Amino acid sequence: MTALVQSPADARAARLDTAPPAVVVDHVFKTFRLPHVQYSTLKERLLHPLRSTTYDELKALKDVDLTIRQGEFFGIVGRNGSGKSTLLKCLAGIYRPEFGTVAVNGRLSPFIELGVGFNPDLTARDNVVINGVMMGLTRKQAIRSFDEVIAFAELEEFVDLKLKNYSSGMTVRLGFATAIQMNADVLLVDEVLAVGDAAFQQKCFEEFNRLKAAGKTVIFVTHDMHQTERYCDRAMLIERGDVLTIGEPHAVARAYNELNFGRLVTDGAETGRYGDQRACEITDAWFEDAEGARIGEIAQYERLTMCARIRFHLVVEDPVVGFSVRNDVGHTVFITTTEWAQATTGRCEIGQELIARITVDAVMSPTKYDLTPSVARQGGADVLDVREDLASVYVHGTRVTGGLIDLPHTFTLEHGP
Amino acid sequence: MMPVVPVTHTPTRKDEVKRLVSLTWTLALTDWKLRFYGSVLGLAWTLVRPFALFGVVYVVFTQIAGLDENVPNYGIYILFALVLFNFFSEMTGTAVQALVSRESLLRKMQFNPVVIPLSVSVTALLNLGMTLIAVFIFAISTGVQPTWSWLELPVIVALLFLFGTGIGMLLSVLYVRFRDVEPIWDVITQILFYGSAVLYVAVSTVPASFRQGFLCNPLAALFTQMRHAVVDPGAPTITQAFNRPQYALIPLGIILGTFALGVWFFLRESPRVAENL
Repeated sequence: MTALVQSPADARAARLDTAPPAVVVDHVFKTFRLPHVQYSTLKERLLHPLRSTTYDELKALKDVDLTIRQGEFFGIVGRNGSGKSTLLKCLAGIYRPEFGTVAVNGRLSPFIELGVGFNPDLTARDNVVINGVMMGLTRKQAIRSFDEVIAFAELEEFVDLKLKNYSSGMTVRLGFATAIQMNADVLLVDEVLAVGDAAFQQKCFEEFNRLKAAGKTVIFVTHDMHQTERYCDRAMLIERGDVLTIGEPHAVARAYNELNFGRLVTDGAETGRYGDQRACEITDAWFEDAEGARIGEIAQYERLTMCARIRFHLVVEDPVVGFSVRNDVGHTVFITTTEWAQATTGRCEIGQELIARITVDAVMSPTKYDLTPSVARQGGADVLDVREDLASVYVHGTRVTGGLIDLPHTFTLEHGP
Repeated sequence: MMPVVPVTHTPTRKDEVKRLVSLTWTLALTDWKLRFYGSVLGLAWTLVRPFALFGVVYVVFTQIAGLDENVPNYGIYILFALVLFNFFSEMTGTAVQALVSRESLLRKMQFNPVVIPLSVSVTALLNLGMTLIAVFIFAISTGVQPTWSWLELPVIVALLFLFGTGIGMLLSVLYVRFRDVEPIWDVITQILFYGSAVLYVAVSTVPASFRQGFLCNPLAALFTQMRHAVVDPGAPTITQAFNRPQYALIPLGIILGTFALGVWFFLRESPRVAENL
């Protein structure tokens, strides 16, 4: 029985624990010397022979210790300047660590800072061939792989165009296609999804799933916590060269959000709460049934209303109110915001209260659900208050199907002759 | 459960060398092709340009400037010397900025940076090959007799290649730190042009009092040997041009020493080049 209910994610985690390492980073330090005044000509050096000795040391990586297993999808998150790209360059062998070692088992294909080192004066064809040779293919193999690269990047019409005439999105597509078609054992991906259009992003996701299925190791740098939670088996948060956490993606994403938004929440505040709460705070959240009564449980397929009360301490113009619902194992099953629904919240005055409600049919499969309400300024980036799992409700039904939601449906059956 | 297949790919030394050669060749070839991109005559320029230059040199130095009548095929000597000197100055001059201009590649891909100065030299070699076709056509049409000693030319070119590549490696790494390497090398190239017996013949024009020191310059020594091998079999070889034959080891030593120094210095500095760019 236990073997049957084990989720695919758990099975995967168990397999990863025993897989051989793909990348071992052993106590790596990297320091850059930044001279106070850059002397780049001989004359300057001759005129000031002693002065050039002062410099700042930028400790880009401090004692990074990390083992990534074969077949793992590993996320690296961190704010700008935290050392992500330096770590990636150390992994790729472009930078040499000051102390410590980096060992990679297998061939590694880097895609760093949105590129793979293309020459803008060459055509896509020449660039892809050069890159293939750099990756260790022979010239013939590289020329043969070219068609697949172009097909993946969907740039058939622009094969003989010089890269300097490409748009940035096209260049990134070509670079990513090149990196992926090298069929390497370890793929380093640096923020590729930031530039491509929606269709290409979708394609990248599909490609990630395929790589995952093929047992390839992917090391993925991103600022998007949804992508981290959705794709990564494990993730790592790095800040000013220090590894803050390595572990379960959800926990890392939470730590990252705290780092970004939770600067005022650090001392003694409850965990799972972000935003500075000076402009407004969420005072309450609850579930209601069709009659408007507060409830803690509801029958499947009933009308279910989610509510949040927000009190304003400052005037906020058109804030964005969001709801996110998670099930008992932490999967987010539903998210909405007033912005996506194009609902206007209007001007909220000092001392005013706003109650936000959304009503849905409770089609979720029977289990416990937690509600996370959030408020952000117009645009959604500036978080004012988020309270994780503030209210919860049990959905009860006749049968546990194993699906996340139980869509109402009808069967149509036709017997053949 | 799917068994996880251990990855066994660890590149051997042989693979690494193959990759190095393959990468050098690919970079050199694309650079070479790039030169003709967008031009109407394309590859033909490698022949047209030297022919035009030779026409001028030939007319000026044989008809107008009135060179030494005692030197047979004087014009042809100048052509060969010019072409070889251009080969040298192209190798070194392009190498100066080679690492810096390949910054995006160095910062994003892992490969041995030595392929960059090497590919510069190979591109120059490709150009030299094309130009030499034109020069030989010109030489034969003006009455130079083909001899077996023409086969010495590849050896001379190989030594010039080593000399230029060694200097190129030194310059490319130095330029990353000191940007004034470029104007300095421009001046030195000019000095070498007039000091290496390109437009004159070392053994007859240079006064005997300092001819020995003059011939220690590897370029002058190579051009002297080239004159014997290709232009005029009656001209002295480099060992005959020196007072004592073993003195010829001096320019040879300078060539090999420069190459060794260049390689050593490049390999010492290049692992950190990506972060200093």
